[in-house]
Amino acid sequence: MGATASKLPKDQLSEYQVTNLTGYIYLIELFSRAHKRFNELLEREDRQQIGGSRVPMNKILTLPELKSNPFRRRICQVFSTSDLRDGSLSFEDFLDLLSAFSDSATLEIKSHYAFRIFDFDDDGTLDTGDLEKLVNCLTGEMDNTRLTSEEMKQLINNILEESDIDKDGTVNLSEFQHVISRSPDFVSSFKIVL
Amino acid sequence: RRRRKVLEKLKEAVDERKKLIATLRGKPWPMRKKLESQVFVEKYEGALGKGRGRRLYAYKVMMRKVRALAYFYAFFILCLKYSGHFGSSVASYFLFLRWMYGINMILFSLTFGLVMVPEALMARPYGSIPRKTVPREEQANAMDFAVLWDFGGYAKYSVLFYGYYNNQRAIGWLKFRMPLSYFLVGVGTVAYSYMVVIRTMARNAKEDGGGDDTSFNFSWKIFTSWDYLIGNTETADNKFASITTSFKEAIVEEQESRKDDNIHLTRFLRVLANFLVLCCLAGSGYLIYFVVRRSQKFALEGLDNYGWWERNEVNMVMSLLGMFCPMLFDVISTLENYHPRIALQWQLGRIFALFLGNLYTFIIALMDQINLKRAEEEKVKFNMTIWQANLYNGTLPENSTAIPIMVDPADVPRGPCWETMVGQEFVRLIISDTMTTYITLLIGDFLRAVLVRFLNHCWCWDLEYGFPSYSEFDVSGNVLGLIFNQGMIWMGAFYAPCLPALNLLRLHVSMYLQCWAVMCCNVPQERVFKASGSNNFYMAMLLVILFLSTLPAIYTIVSIPPSFDCGPFSGKSRMFDVIQETLETDFPAWFGKVFSYASNPGLVLPFLLLMVLAIYYLHSTSKTYKHANLELKKKLQALREKTVLSSDTARNKMSLQTPREKETELNAELCVIQCNTITIRYNTINKISAAYNSMLI
Repeated sequence: MGATASKLPKDQLSEYQVTNLTGYIYLIELFSRAHKRFNELLEREDRQQIGGSRVPMNKILTLPELKSNPFRRRICQVFSTSDLRDGSLSFEDFLDLLSAFSDSATLEIKSHYAFRIFDFDDDGTLDTGDLEKLVNCLTGEMDNTRLTSEEMKQLINNILEESDIDKDGTVNLSEFQHVISRSPDFVSSFKIVL
Repeated sequence: RRRRKVLEKLKEAVDERKKLIATLRGKPWPMRKKLESQVFVEKYEGALGKGRGRRLYAYKVMMRKVRALAYFYAFFILCLKYSGHFGSSVASYFLFLRWMYGINMILFSLTFGLVMVPEALMARPYGSIPRKTVPREEQANAMDFAVLWDFGGYAKYSVLFYGYYNNQRAIGWLKFRMPLSYFLVGVGTVAYSYMVVIRTMARNAKEDGGGDDTSFNFSWKIFTSWDYLIGNTETADNKFASITTSFKEAIVEEQESRKDDNIHLTRFLRVLANFLVLCCLAGSGYLIYFVVRRSQKFALEGLDNYGWWERNEVNMVMSLLGMFCPMLFDVISTLENYHPRIALQWQLGRIFALFLGNLYTFIIALMDQINLKRAEEEKVKFNMTIWQANLYNGTLPENSTAIPIMVDPADVPRGPCWETMVGQEFVRLIISDTMTTYITLLIGDFLRAVLVRFLNHCWCWDLEYGFPSYSEFDVSGNVLGLIFNQGMIWMGAFYAPCLPALNLLRLHVSMYLQCWAVMCCNVPQERVFKASGSNNFYMAMLLVILFLSTLPAIYTIVSIPPSFDCGPFSGKSRMFDVIQETLETDFPAWFGKVFSYASNPGLVLPFLLLMVLAIYYLHSTSKTYKHANLELKKKLQALREKTVLSSDTARNKMSLQTPREKETELNAELCVIQCNTITIRYNTINKISAAYNSMLI
């Protein structure tokens, strides 16, 4: 442990090369920005111990990048590794988030996380309830922008007709990835820049 | 022996991990797992004596650092972040601007390093020969700001324009071939631009691959329509509204077949709209021609009698037309009732035609001026002989090339240098265009926003939601403006080597100004439609502009003889004669013979025919490949569907678990990496990031 602490910073940062971030200075700059932003969200007394402390979900949701995102709560819950399942993020989870939403994350990673985000009840498949909640998220919180129940039924039928290949009434991960891999817009829109 | 067994087991574990790491990039695991794998390999690789990988790694990291620096990343990230708030289309505009900046940087370095600097440093200085000196008549006001702003006076007789350059074949102790360099840089800038545009188009086309699918319409709408770069409540609300509308539209379209009632009315309205647009285009073309004729009349009568407007009439009219006609087209297009994406494509096409028409009318008018100047040149040449005769008081020497009597260069009668005139016109056009853009930005965006914000309290109707409200950031209009400016640079760069430098400055200021305007005064567009699915639409436009803007320059180089007393090609009958001259004098004799055989029409025509046949062959093979590609894609899709059907959900879950199981096995064999190690590392990274932060600030 003593040996690792005395290593040169360059070597340590090179470890993170494995996790999709390219460019040395880009890396350090991204780190310092992520670190700074995460720091701001922590309580004053936790700021020294950044390795172990967690930021509660309501504070994460104040980040401007997530503030207007309709899936912000799901994003926090998906990336959180907290045992309490309260959506709080540690610095590692935060870096995971940035890594998955970065420019250089592969389609496989993005589609995997997208599936987990859309899976509102965490049961491993997207069933009618999940799809309904998804559509309601996308049409906004206002009443005049919501779809009527007939329109909703029609929409969900159309979606299942297109994506549900084994006709079991739900969309599982492979079917989801099959649909996403053909889409031209997904990789460019599933991106967050800090 | 036991030790060897342990080492072997360790080696196996390390190789296993290494294989894992090779696929780590594609695995959606949390960072901790990935870190542990990497740390394990590095820790024990040292024990096995393989340290070379690390040095290579450090070198690769260094190279990436250099590359990252070269990309002006800090500014780029700032722009991306700010413009990302409005969605990815505005971000793509700034990316395009950055790419243009890169091209202009190369053009600037070519013209500056190989043309301007050698002439400034190694050739004869200002005042030594007639072409480099301000004539006596003009010296009184050569330093006035008004004259300099108009690029006359000392600005005209400097390395900024064609006329200053001397036609000496080799200058300085380096024996730098100035005329050859000037010619080759001119050709090289065009060639480089072609290469870069086509390479980018090819790269974009490769990344595209099969975006023309409509089989997952609804699923894509629901899974991929949200733009995660949006960070602004207003944009988000707009996006919600547009998503809802698109859902409802799609549902309605799916439910009932569209009944095309009143198709005749629609057709009639569309024809009417196109007719109005054609009238508009013709009107603007005629207006420009009329204005240029008028400016020629003014020039003949002497510009001193007229005020600022008359002097800059042509440029101002062109800029104003470029500003108001697109708005007119927008209004006319409401008659047509097209789908927004198609309406946008029509709009872009019309603006393109407008700019092109204006530019070419301008060039035709410029040609008239060139012919005038050439006629004037004949007169000056005639007067020159009389003037020389007067110098010698009647005794005309046989060989009249050298003047033994010392005459001040400022007093020698000067020919009208049409090349410098062309360069000046382009520079003036670019400057007035830039000024118009900036002033429109300040008034149309900033002033409007200020007025709406502060007058809203004391106004009868809601200024923010009704007229005029805040202005939107028009991505397509701005991209077109950028493309046409670049076209003007390509056109004029041969005659005014200062143009790439000017453009570089302009782009730099534009970047910052538009970034600020987008953040401060603009609201996001209500319906965000991209003109096409790929970036190649604008690239194709850029390519067409590149081709069309190099045509006039090539025409003037090939067909008009250069002026007799200014520029690096003076004295030659055609500008490209410099190539012939270089081949004759600098290369061995056989080279010239080979070149003359190669340029024989009897050889060139069959070669052209061969190239046409090759293009036809490549085109037909690419069509076959595309067809085969489509067939393979269909087969792949059918195969994938079969695989998805045949694999259970349970089996999917299992396949995710197996690496984890393997990993726990390996973990059990190693020292467990405690959380403390990671905390310690984070603390050091804290210190580094704080240090870098302070460095960057």
